[in-house]
Amino acid sequence: MRYRIRRWGPGLLLIAPSLVLLAVFVYGLIAWTIKVSLSDRHTAQESNGFVGLKNYTDLFTNDINDRFTHSLTNLLIFTVVFMAGTMFFGVLWALLLERGVRAEGIFRTIYLFPMAVSFVASGVVWRWLMNSKIGEDAGGLNWIFEQLHLGFLQNPWWTDPDWGMAAMAVPAIWQLSGYVMALFLAGFRGIPAELREAAVVDGASTFQLYRRVLFPQLTPVALSALIIVGHMSMKMFDLIMSVSGAQWLTEVPAVYVWQTLLTSDYAKAAAISVILLLLVALVIVPYLVHTSRVEKRS
Amino acid sequence: MTAATGALPPASAKTPRGTRRGWRATPISVVARTLRYALLLLFLAIVLMPAYVLLVTSFKAGSDIGVTGQWNLPSPWTTASWAKAWDSLGPSFVRTFELAIPVAVISSIIGSANGFVLSRWRFPGADVVFTMILFGMFIPYQAVMIPLRDIVMTIGVPPGIPTLVFVHCIYGIPICTLIFRNYYATIVPVEMIEAATVDGAGLLRTFTWIILPVSMPGFVVTIIWQFTSAWNDYLFAIFLSNTRNGPITIALNALAGAQSPDYAASMAGALITSLPTLVVYIVLGRWFIGGLMAGSVKS
Repeated sequence: MRYRIRRWGPGLLLIAPSLVLLAVFVYGLIAWTIKVSLSDRHTAQESNGFVGLKNYTDLFTNDINDRFTHSLTNLLIFTVVFMAGTMFFGVLWALLLERGVRAEGIFRTIYLFPMAVSFVASGVVWRWLMNSKIGEDAGGLNWIFEQLHLGFLQNPWWTDPDWGMAAMAVPAIWQLSGYVMALFLAGFRGIPAELREAAVVDGASTFQLYRRVLFPQLTPVALSALIIVGHMSMKMFDLIMSVSGAQWLTEVPAVYVWQTLLTSDYAKAAAISVILLLLVALVIVPYLVHTSRVEKRS
Repeated sequence: MTAATGALPPASAKTPRGTRRGWRATPISVVARTLRYALLLLFLAIVLMPAYVLLVTSFKAGSDIGVTGQWNLPSPWTTASWAKAWDSLGPSFVRTFELAIPVAVISSIIGSANGFVLSRWRFPGADVVFTMILFGMFIPYQAVMIPLRDIVMTIGVPPGIPTLVFVHCIYGIPICTLIFRNYYATIVPVEMIEAATVDGAGLLRTFTWIILPVSMPGFVVTIIWQFTSAWNDYLFAIFLSNTRNGPITIALNALAGAQSPDYAASMAGALITSLPTLVVYIVLGRWFIGGLMAGSVKS
């Protein structure tokens, strides 16, 4: 026993403050939020009446205009487009670059640069680019389409009541495709050269080389990319606040929480937060467990 | 991704010669190559388009932005919009440095201590503890925001920047720990630590004299990462501060978020807001990518 303490004691001591802080500020506060979500604290007044899951069921069955389900639908559209878009451009760029091209560094740096900019700042310019006016007084991208005689491409962007959220994903795709590219590029470069050589010697065509040899090696990278982008998407807040502001058309759960807090309905805001947390956990927890197992094996 | 500090390895090192040979001089390969560069340049133009709009518009006068010629170069060029943007962003620009620099330094120090312990001391349940630490970096912060506001007021952290430094440091622990753990696991040889232990050096001494001196690359990555995320943060800022005491993202949103915003000033403001992180990215890009890679957990 004493040996154990001597061996592990100092290390534990060194990380103890962090562990306590995280226990309190991550897990403790989550528990607190859950408690609020089960209470009737609907005003700025302190109130601790226990109402069970009523706040949750109300969100799904009793929310004015089905506001919560509407925000979930918005989130779903946004997430699908965002994930598909970043994967498409990320993989395409990585494919174009992976064999080494002249000035590769410049391409890489520029494709990745939007990552260094905040959503709030890029939202300013995308709000201008995605000007919803069309035809004579078109602005931003619609104006370009008009000039190029591609008028049919003109669209109301995020102000479209049905598919607006797909347009909202455009700036997000612009911002994160470079990140997916960097992940895949590192993946490609991590594949042993012998594998390619062997395939080429065996007479594999370029297509077969990618399809049968390289892509299967990249499954873990693709998984990481999908999970990182997917969970970012669920948390999307800054971009939407910056492009459209908080409003019905583009509302997602993360924004709904903020709007609800402004009205001091703590219980409802907490319930939405907890659902959002569950959505993220559903994706992240299996991923973390999986990663930890893979690591242990190696 | 293996190297926490790693930039992407160059292509030439690992491209097998066999595939290169196939590229010589056949008509198809010439077409393929031309197509490849054409596509690369096209995407380059698309990615840079918003940057062009930002720059061009920011040098126009607020009144100069009509429908026609909105994509054109300014005529005349003027810095009036920059001056206007600076008037409303200046104070928060300074405040954001007061936020991002302490956050970067403090979280890095905490991260390096944690990463060191977790990379070497395999106490029972270390994996579970580590996974639970990591979970903290993926949560939607809305899930802690309601009690967080109560708590920081209760424990008496002054509102505005000090509060934000405090929360960024706490919620930065997971990513910094992860980056340093991966870094120490790959960089520092076990023998070095064992030798120190045999010589009777305790944990703290090993850390200070053996580990810290080789930690510079790890520090560069976490400092850049935390600086950038604190600088670009909007979520914590909007919940825990306001335009008078908060960081620049709040001020920019106030400037640009109006019903009919002055686009020239907004875009100058967006550029001012992005300048520090862009400079960091351009100067230290190699390590910036290192942080991004660490975000994908794999070690």
